[in-house]
Amino acid sequence: MNKEINLGRREALKAGGGIGLMAVLGAYGLLNSTAAMAEWNKAAFSSKAMDEAFAAMGAANPEVNATAIQLSVPEIAENGAIVPVTVSSTLANVEQITIFVDKNQNVMAANFIFPAGTESMVTTRVKMGQTANVVALVKADGKFYRTAKEVKVTAGGCGG
Amino acid sequence: MDMNRREFLQMLAIASAGGFLLKHSESYAASDAARMYDLPKFGNVSLMHITDTHAQLNPMFFREPEINLGVGQMKGLPPHLVGNALLKRFGVKPGTAEAHAYTSLNYVDAARTYGKVGGFAHLATLVKQIRASRSGSLLLDGGDTWQGTGQALWSNGQDMIDACLELGVDVMTMHWECTYGAQRIKDAEEGALKGKMDVVAQNVKTTDFGDPVFKPYVIREINTIPVAIIGQAFPYSSIANPRYFVPEWSYGIQEENLQLTIDEARKKGAQVVVLLSHNGMDVDLKLASRVSGLDAILGGHTHDGIPAPIPVKNRGGTTLVTNAGSNGKFLGVLDFEVKAGKVTDFRYKLLPVFSNLLAADQSMAALMQKHRAPYADKLSEKLATTDGLLYRRGNFNGSFDQVILDALMKEKDAPIAFSPGFRWGTSLLPGSAITMEDVLNQTAITYPYTTLTEMKGEQIKMVLEDVCDNLFNPDPYYQQGGDMVRVGGLEYTCEPNAANGKRIQDMRLNGKPLDAAKTYKVAGWAPVSEAARDKGGEPIWDLVARHLRAEKVVKATAPNVPKLKGVAGNPGMV
Repeated sequence: MNKEINLGRREALKAGGGIGLMAVLGAYGLLNSTAAMAEWNKAAFSSKAMDEAFAAMGAANPEVNATAIQLSVPEIAENGAIVPVTVSSTLANVEQITIFVDKNQNVMAANFIFPAGTESMVTTRVKMGQTANVVALVKADGKFYRTAKEVKVTAGGCGG
Repeated sequence: MDMNRREFLQMLAIASAGGFLLKHSESYAASDAARMYDLPKFGNVSLMHITDTHAQLNPMFFREPEINLGVGQMKGLPPHLVGNALLKRFGVKPGTAEAHAYTSLNYVDAARTYGKVGGFAHLATLVKQIRASRSGSLLLDGGDTWQGTGQALWSNGQDMIDACLELGVDVMTMHWECTYGAQRIKDAEEGALKGKMDVVAQNVKTTDFGDPVFKPYVIREINTIPVAIIGQAFPYSSIANPRYFVPEWSYGIQEENLQLTIDEARKKGAQVVVLLSHNGMDVDLKLASRVSGLDAILGGHTHDGIPAPIPVKNRGGTTLVTNAGSNGKFLGVLDFEVKAGKVTDFRYKLLPVFSNLLAADQSMAALMQKHRAPYADKLSEKLATTDGLLYRRGNFNGSFDQVILDALMKEKDAPIAFSPGFRWGTSLLPGSAITMEDVLNQTAITYPYTTLTEMKGEQIKMVLEDVCDNLFNPDPYYQQGGDMVRVGGLEYTCEPNAANGKRIQDMRLNGKPLDAAKTYKVAGWAPVSEAARDKGGEPIWDLVARHLRAEKVVKATAPNVPKLKGVAGNPGMV
């Protein structure tokens, strides 16, 4: 991940000091009001299985593409409660990035909507109860693409 | 049988002339051994490599594994070769000193013949000798240096920091160092090590914003050739060891970031780029196939004494992957020939450090004595004697672990005990005294609490499956590099090639199948949770010492190992 951007975010949070945080983040383009106002896709968020969730997203049979979607997750989670996930894409006109955990009770973890001209990259943390695939679904130019990586959740200990 | 170098060589000469005491092949080999340190100079860039010394300042015995199974695509390939299969693969002559260094074959007799291995005073002599023939060479330390003895623990790693400075380590990375706490490492980096030794790790970031915690790499000039050394800390320090020691640091393999780092170092003019890695050899082999631009990965963590580098092809060319064993038993020497800005050829030798064949460096010996003095009495307390060989290393259990398990079950009055599958821990020959130092060599960690836990049968199975997957997952990126948790009391069958969750079978206690719903008392130590830390618990070494004082003599018994399924003919077994 780009160091300058991260240091920028750290400075942004310091400058925000908590009170003006949302405004500052907004200024850095980290939040946008469109996403917050987007319609809540209840059917997708309450799906118990991947097929069901894809269908609710209108993405019945997304094309597998591991090169145009960069999915960055740890191989083994340091803490299953907060597993960092970064998704970016080199596809043109990305409209949506959605993150799923295929063995969670509700498989869809997050959905990001991108207004035209926004850099197509998101970083968030998801909760995982057990070893599972993290799936990234990208909608670009009206078409759906996906990729997945396994993240292992382990009890720990005994290394070395 | 301790003797000095001259006596040892004399004995070999007599034995050889008289044709007794040693087998002919061994005496012949021993004269070879004396010559093994005459390493012809090669090329213009030389790197020396130590790793996983586990604070073993003094010469000791360390028995290599008789079982180190490879599964999936790793089956039958280094490092998953032991005994004669390993010798054959690397063209090492059986019955030689080197064969003894690399394998457990005929271990006790050979160990009595060739004597102790390692020791920083002997290592220092060897390093000086190599350095004298290779101007500008660097000494790299792959980590697991500050932990492994009572003395290192009680001095908070200071004895090893001082010893590595004396040895002239130029660059290091880390794993167990992290169990002294983040602050300890940063204090050392910015204090004693500053301007002398670089601490590098491209894969340690802050948990909040992913800022780098250490320099990802350094570029050093060797004979005017810029050489980049990138650091790779153990990727799972916050999982395999307690997270509370490094709460603000995040690890992982970080393959993408490694590629960016390699590219950056090349762009800055590095003509040689190496990764000083604590990934473990299976992970290094996979990583080498997926990133480009590395001339070599100098690896550690899995304690594999691999005689020759494994060349791995990738889209940028070939990367050499090495692993330099453990406990100060080996010094890796990698010589590159660099012409017109590129590596054109190389030589590599993993030199065993035979304490009897290398004189002790006086300056290092004095430093070691100074550090030992405050603890000498406590360390040298004799607790018991062992009838049999005591060792740890091996996939499933070791005889020294069995001593720990027996002590736990007896002292905690539990039918089942668990002991972590660490790969450090020295060996003791039959008839040896077991001292407090020996017990600490198996147990000296910063979270030594013993525990007694009520566990349901199904939980016991889950724990065993979880650890087993960390060892036998067919994808090395999902392994953690330790061995299987050692199990006392409970018998089971293990099928390493089975899927996760299906490897542990037929669990039995006193001949009766384990009941999934029934609760059992399980004794253990080295818990990683904060709750266990806050609860306390007697340190494992005190419990084992009490047990040994009462036992007086440890009888030679076979350790409790699982029945193995589906691995017949695997060359990772003797």
